[in-house]
Amino acid sequence: MKIAIASGKGGTGKTTVATCLAQVLAETGLRVRYLDCDVEEPNGHLFLHPEIYESKPVTVPVPEVDREKCVGCGLCAKICQYAAIACVKKKVVTFPELCHGCGGCARVCPAGAIREVGRGIGVAETGRSCKIDFAQGCLRVGEAMSPSLIRQVRDIPTGAELDIIDAPPGTSCPAITAIRGADFVLLVTEPTPFGLNDLALALDMVRELDIPRAVVVNRHEDENLSARKFCSERHVQIAAEIPDDRRVAEAYSQGLLPVIALPEYRPYFLDLWANVNKLATGTPGKEPA
Amino acid sequence: MKIAVTSEGSTLEAAVDPRFGRCKYFIVVDTDTGAFEAVDNVQNLNAAQGAGIQSAETVVNQGAEAVLTGHCGPKAFRTLSTGEVKIYVGVEGTVREAVEAFKAGKLQASENADVEGHW
Repeated sequence: MKIAIASGKGGTGKTTVATCLAQVLAETGLRVRYLDCDVEEPNGHLFLHPEIYESKPVTVPVPEVDREKCVGCGLCAKICQYAAIACVKKKVVTFPELCHGCGGCARVCPAGAIREVGRGIGVAETGRSCKIDFAQGCLRVGEAMSPSLIRQVRDIPTGAELDIIDAPPGTSCPAITAIRGADFVLLVTEPTPFGLNDLALALDMVRELDIPRAVVVNRHEDENLSARKFCSERHVQIAAEIPDDRRVAEAYSQGLLPVIALPEYRPYFLDLWANVNKLATGTPGKEPA
Repeated sequence: MKIAVTSEGSTLEAAVDPRFGRCKYFIVVDTDTGAFEAVDNVQNLNAAQGAGIQSAETVVNQGAEAVLTGHCGPKAFRTLSTGEVKIYVGVEGTVREAVEAFKAGKLQASENADVEGHW
């Protein structure tokens, strides 16, 4: 099973929920893998402190033009949807940083003048944190093509029973790439106008992808029931409400998982998992021991 | 010779558009006859990326040998240079004034892009 932890707004607690869930489920004996797909700013490692076993460079294929063979027909520039190739005065100019690596240019070239070469955009790393299998992507600073890297991290083979995908925030290509293929999406929000506004956008995205979903309300306050009202209006279940607690922030600031620093938080995540199983299958799931 | 001026409108009296890639129009002027044509650039104005590159292709395909504009980024500059188009930045006023200044030899071609991409 694959669960993606996403949000519209950044900083709502995706990584906190993803890492705590991974920790409590690993403790129950489930083989869990945590994947940090927030490749522009991976931070799960700050809390899981993994030992990295392998770091593989990730490349995207970009065109290399053989000037000798090029006939200057401009078909490559015409097919490129990203303006990564221009053809002026029968001369081809390439902009590798704009290339999405679709390979269209090499395919349409009638002269066989385009060869695809790998351009490094970052690394995909695998390792282990105690009982948790760990994977993360790190995009090179200045790169814009995060979806290619996210896809490669997401698709690293595994023997784990459960993949917990820590998605990037937002509702554009990087978030969609991380979420696509998941069996369930948890949308983490905070009960603020900004949080709920972006939750609405994220919900629309997940609905469009047609993936079962539920909301986790982080920094929940009893007197602030705006998130409950919102979720009931939008017909989406709340799978957990995590209280607003300064001690959680203090643990966070020291790189400690709340479920380890504050063991009373473990039941929140065990209940969350039980709720996910109920909502994902319509029947009570495997209850953790 | 033909020159292209980035413009906020479709006439010679319109202001020079300071942006190259996302200008509203290119006014392509024949400096010998004074004849001109307005080329709508709305497609690149709304492009997600690569506006400068594709605008540069438009300019080259129009047969212009020089472009007069406010600013030009590195990708557009590279594409224009490959297309053997001279680039004049820092141009202001109306399109007509810009063309007159060019004809009078008051403008100086740039050696490099004058702004970063996505400025």
